[in-house]
Amino acid sequence: MGSSSFLTGTNAFKGILLAALLTLPLLGFSDYVLHIAISILLWAFIYTSWSVMGRFGLVSLGHGAFLGVGAYGTTMLWNHFGLTPWVGIPISILLSAVLGLLIGLPCFRFKITGHYFALVTLALTEVARLLIVALRDHTGGSLGVTPAGMVSPENPVSFYALQFASKSVWFYIIVGVWLVGLLIWRAVDRSMLRYAMEAISQEEDASASVGINVTRTKLTVTVISAAMTAFGGAVYGQYQQYINPETVSGIAISLQIVFAVIAGGMFVQLGPTVGAVITILLGEGLRLGFGNEFHGLDVTIYGLMLILFIIYMPRGVLGKAIESFTARVTPPRVQPGE
Amino acid sequence: MEFSLTDPFLWETVIQGLLFGGVLALLSLGLNIIFGVIDVVWICYAELIMLGMYTIFFMYTEYGVPLPLAFAAGVVVVAILGAILHHLVIRPILHTEPINQLLVTGGVLFFLQGLATMMFSVEFRNLGVSFGSFEAGNMFFPVSRIIAFAVSLVAVLGLWLFLKKTYLGTAIRAISQDRDVMPLMGVSPRKIYLVTSALGGGLAGLGACLLVLLYDIHPAIGLTFGPITFMVCVLGGLGNMIGGFIAAFIFAEFIALGGFYAEVEWGYVLAFVFFIVMMFIRPQGILGSRN
Repeated sequence: MGSSSFLTGTNAFKGILLAALLTLPLLGFSDYVLHIAISILLWAFIYTSWSVMGRFGLVSLGHGAFLGVGAYGTTMLWNHFGLTPWVGIPISILLSAVLGLLIGLPCFRFKITGHYFALVTLALTEVARLLIVALRDHTGGSLGVTPAGMVSPENPVSFYALQFASKSVWFYIIVGVWLVGLLIWRAVDRSMLRYAMEAISQEEDASASVGINVTRTKLTVTVISAAMTAFGGAVYGQYQQYINPETVSGIAISLQIVFAVIAGGMFVQLGPTVGAVITILLGEGLRLGFGNEFHGLDVTIYGLMLILFIIYMPRGVLGKAIESFTARVTPPRVQPGE
Repeated sequence: MEFSLTDPFLWETVIQGLLFGGVLALLSLGLNIIFGVIDVVWICYAELIMLGMYTIFFMYTEYGVPLPLAFAAGVVVVAILGAILHHLVIRPILHTEPINQLLVTGGVLFFLQGLATMMFSVEFRNLGVSFGSFEAGNMFFPVSRIIAFAVSLVAVLGLWLFLKKTYLGTAIRAISQDRDVMPLMGVSPRKIYLVTSALGGGLAGLGACLLVLLYDIHPAIGLTFGPITFMVCVLGGLGNMIGGFIAAFIFAEFIALGGFYAEVEWGYVLAFVFFIVMMFIRPQGILGSRN
């Protein structure tokens, strides 16, 4: 492991940080602050899901498709069939995993990598967005859709509909979701999958010749990533109580996922989380500082940051910090993509 | 809707698709030449077109520049932007992982889109130039689309002649065939890359001249035309201009006929699904040869 446990340090240190995080709703912050914290953790989970495959050079520009399947799958099953999200979410996750399999299998079998993989997945996310728009009679089209509401001021909690009026409840749920994401990331990091994927991303044919099943290994990380992303999409829909094709699918959101991970650092466990903190605080900070007077300022700065990051700091903020901290302690391990 | 080959609306749709295919073919030209020579995908290509459209719009409506001059200015401005993009953003990371070059232009996409939003607001603008429409049989075609189609054909031919007949064109083709050996033969890749980027930018500018006649301008218009342009190039075989030319017409007919029988989104859905399936059948593109 070495580098990736730097910020979290020992277990005791991790425990203290987590306990501090869990007291956040008790400190009397406004709903707005809680909302920002929830957004950061939820997107951190989605970004972590992307990095499960992205860190091995499988750069997908199509994660909006999986996000869309999760969000729309769950909401459509609830709105049209009255199926509780407790069942709808697993179904959507399964659908997304199947979609990951359907797109991944031919891609990996025919050795579609690099630019081509990025552009095929880009087509996939556009298909998802356009399908949501085209099926407007069922999905609400570009206007978006709201999961049928079950909560009211008198009845603020509905377990059956997975709807909660209280931001504090959502905060604890999403801390849990985020922790699950980090645990899956670590499980992959410590498994044979990682070594196989690192070998593949260096030299695909040589890996195959030493007995690594290249297609199956790539498919496994893709399916894990697709399933996690759909879960993130479903939770996003439940929390926001509103989804539309642009916010969950399409090229813009798919690129946003990739870039937040790059900004934070895709090779370390908390890199995607740092990416979520940077991008969301930047957006909110500029909005509070300048209001809507400079509409577009956040996107401009965001784009400029990304250009600078990729040129000067391709391992991201956290990756760079860890690298300079551990450079003297341990020799750097070979990273995929170098 | 019933299928009938004698339906004049069907034929009108097919021809409209053909005209749209010409525009797509032109849009894909610049991206294709950049990929063929420099081996980089400009994800922000459609955003360069968007800036070209704004240049033409403001020159013509605010400063009263005659339309042909405004068009010329649009081409020149985007050509310069292309060269700047290469010099400032692509060149520093030319020797890192190829995917980094694709991603960095994604940063440029956000930068340009945000900048355009700040400077021009999200409002939709229209050049307000109309050439009327052309009637043939019972079918009507906007003259602007016919002009766009003709310009596309001329541009494709012009580019082909440039690459085949001029010294610079020959050097560009040589570099694209063997990046490692050509420097030994006295061709400077640095210079050729810069010229190619300006040329690709110029072609994006030419695309802007046509789109500005056909569509409203807004900061997010790049997201509408970007994905389809990449798909056209990849389907044709990235870097293969004749393949891209054919792919443009295939896509355009999908979109036109999809829009005819259902809604226009279905046309795009069909086109993209066709693209994904084709990638599995012929990953090298319809005319590409696998290396």
